[in-house]
Amino acid sequence: MKAIAAFLCGLTLGVGLIVSQMTNPAKVIGFLDITGRWDPSLGVVMGSALLVAAAGFAWVERRGRPMLSGDLALPPRWPVDGRLLGGAALFGVGWGIGGFCPGPALVATAGLSIDAAIFTAAMLFGMAVANRLVEGASAARRAFSREPSDSAQ
Amino acid sequence: MTIDWPAFTPGSALIGGLLIGFAAAFLVLSIGRIAGISGILGNLLPGAPAGRPGSGGERGWRLAFVLGLLAAPGLAAVSAVPMPPVETLVDWPWLVAAGLLVGLGTRIGSGCTSGHGVCGIARGSLRGLIATLTFMAFGIATVFVLEHLLRVPA
Repeated sequence: MKAIAAFLCGLTLGVGLIVSQMTNPAKVIGFLDITGRWDPSLGVVMGSALLVAAAGFAWVERRGRPMLSGDLALPPRWPVDGRLLGGAALFGVGWGIGGFCPGPALVATAGLSIDAAIFTAAMLFGMAVANRLVEGASAARRAFSREPSDSAQ
Repeated sequence: MTIDWPAFTPGSALIGGLLIGFAAAFLVLSIGRIAGISGILGNLLPGAPAGRPGSGGERGWRLAFVLGLLAAPGLAAVSAVPMPPVETLVDWPWLVAAGLLVGLGTRIGSGCTSGHGVCGIARGSLRGLIATLTFMAFGIATVFVLEHLLRVPA
């Protein structure tokens, strides 16, 4: 049941990316190119997505729990730390070079784009490397810290 | 700033955006999880942190979500929705570099456009908002350098 819901969400999100043409890197670069000929489409996509998503989050937070499973697993809203900023900066540079972020890269790869497949292969490798880096860093912090609460969240 | 009116597609952007927002709302309302693609994908890969909330029981829905994403072009092909072209502006070594940076950055920064940009901001998360402003700013700066200062050939 949970898997069916997740499959339908992934499918809907993928169709949304296709309909809005966010699977085309040229559209994304057009949005980021604010000093050139600017294409505001991505802004409209985010704005309309936010409206619907905000209603969904407000509803589930008031409800206290989701409909098909017992627990609501939401990440912390705070604090803003160096890891968040540094990661977002690296991501932004890669996004600006290629015009792909993870969702559109996967969908465009499934749409049989060789360029998207090359990007996605490198992205998956980068994610696996980061998994090890982040785990290594938090293990080291745990080892040197007397407070186990450091990595509790 | 000049708006590229012929390239601007507000209608399809609006419909697509509503679908994306609906998907995010549906996932959290049904199974209580964030529709953040880098998190969902990254946690399926080797080296993902163990001990996160029920990471054993998390594999199934994550895999199903990714399969749904991958099925989207097939659904588009059999329905009336045309798959837009995938036009990259750089050669493949640049795509490899971009992929590595996006993979590293989204995992280190705990999210991407969907997790921080849509879900994070939608639930009033300061982390989501600041991360989104940061990757947008770096994306804009990178495009400025490549397109207007260096002009990387296609």
